[in-house]
Amino acid sequence: MDFVVTALDYLLGIPLFGWGTQVGFIYKGLLFLVALLILTAYILLADRKIWAAVQIRRGPNVVGPFGLLQSFADLLKFVFKEPVIPAGADKIVFLLAPFITALLSLSAWVVIPIDAGWALANINVGILYIFAISSLGVYGVIMGGWASNSKYPFLGALRSAAQMVSYEVSIGFVIITVLLCVGSLNLSDIVIAQREMGLATSLGVPWLTFLNWFWLPLFPMFVIFLISARAETNRPPFDLPEAESELVAGFMVEYSSTPYLLFMLGEYIAIIMMCAMTTILFLGGWTSPIDLPPFNWVPGAVWFLLKVCAVFFMFAMVKAFVPRYRYDQLMRIGWKTFLPLSLVSVIVLAFILQLTGWGWHGGVA
Amino acid sequence: MTLPLFFFYVFSTIAVISALMVISSRNPVHSVLFLILCFVNSAGIFMLAGAEFLALILIVVYVGAVAVLFLFVVMMLDVDFAGLRHGMLQYAPIGVIVGLILLVELLLVAGGFAIAPDIASSSVVPINPGIDNTRALGQVLYTRYVFVFQGAGAVLLVAMIGAIVLTLRHKQGVKRQDAGVQANRRVEDAMEVVKVKSGEGLRG
Repeated sequence: MDFVVTALDYLLGIPLFGWGTQVGFIYKGLLFLVALLILTAYILLADRKIWAAVQIRRGPNVVGPFGLLQSFADLLKFVFKEPVIPAGADKIVFLLAPFITALLSLSAWVVIPIDAGWALANINVGILYIFAISSLGVYGVIMGGWASNSKYPFLGALRSAAQMVSYEVSIGFVIITVLLCVGSLNLSDIVIAQREMGLATSLGVPWLTFLNWFWLPLFPMFVIFLISARAETNRPPFDLPEAESELVAGFMVEYSSTPYLLFMLGEYIAIIMMCAMTTILFLGGWTSPIDLPPFNWVPGAVWFLLKVCAVFFMFAMVKAFVPRYRYDQLMRIGWKTFLPLSLVSVIVLAFILQLTGWGWHGGVA
Repeated sequence: MTLPLFFFYVFSTIAVISALMVISSRNPVHSVLFLILCFVNSAGIFMLAGAEFLALILIVVYVGAVAVLFLFVVMMLDVDFAGLRHGMLQYAPIGVIVGLILLVELLLVAGGFAIAPDIASSSVVPINPGIDNTRALGQVLYTRYVFVFQGAGAVLLVAMIGAIVLTLRHKQGVKRQDAGVQANRRVEDAMEVVKVKSGEGLRG
């Protein structure tokens, strides 16, 4: 029964009462989960508010001051409604799909470093883990669309699956360009590399950290990543799976109450995840933009959150003022523009790095 | 029993049960979903063996891409699966032979390790235990086996081109969008401002 003790120590250990050797994973995980869900509630509200502001509306403003409690009211509304399962649906798969979506998008957050050493699991292949988890996200959509046993959800699911699989390829190549510069798959290493090398360091002004970040040397990749991230998370202007003018609500047509809530939750958490990925890969993660006293007094977690919110603001603005793409146009920019561009830049970048010797080399050299 | 051993039993039990469900469930979509479950659990076993790179690549490639295509095909083809099941006995001997060959090969590999444990250390490229396995794989693949590796890539590329050529149809008379033409279109090319006198029309 040795393993029970080890497992209990890892999960429930409390140094406070003298039992166990480490702070239990469950406490850290629960704290992280609650913080993430509250962040999601307000990001959702911000999304609606920004959208409303662009259209000169007020947006949600009734529940709580400035509508601050709107997301929680929506949550209660969804939970207390009756879930309707279509008669011809495959019940188990139908209910499994939203769970898988929510679970996968939550589980990707385990490896995200909020601050130096603040990742729940600081694994060596962190970025590959995130890539693997987000490539599984397509199953929630396909299963939901198929199990509904209805036309619109099925068409929506097919579109969505094709879209997510195509844009994953270009996202993969963009990630590879960053990895070539860093020489490590660890997310914390990627952030540290952006603090320690780059334009500002070579110019002799290492305190101008924001010039060090990868958005500057890898600017085309940054743009491709931002656009592909929208397609990957089915956000407007690429929200074809739920294009309400053609497919009613896409793969979610037959879903109601809590299962629908789980789909929504999974989608928004995946969006925040993409914002966090942009922050880590291109915007220096938790490092402050200028490494001088008034700025570096602010804790890294605050900088991380600010950057995530700034990237999300871009997501929300794009939703508000870019019209939806047609399906063939979406596929064209995915396969004919982004894929060749990112593939060529991987090759070119590899040559440049090899010839100039630039790069962080995993912090070894 | 240690914690890794416990997890090994969890992963392998689920993997074996889901592998059985793949061939025994009646609904082909359920079969593919069980196949995915099996893949994910095998990735878990890879992870326990310390091969975290292989585990995640297994998920990215097989679960994230190949199984999605399986699911696509199974969902969209209206195959008469009852009819297929009817002729199953006919194919059983071939299946049994392939299964037996696989079993013997697996026994040979496992037996090799059991009889001579030093066989792993006698490999041509000794792996430095100090570096993580992503780096170790890269150092072997891109140095010693670079031509084999690139050759495998070329074979896959040719297969892909072949598939595209087989399915490509050039339909006549289909209007296609050319983004370059659209972007280069100017007001002068598209519109003509004409002063029309009243009562005469353009030609008049």
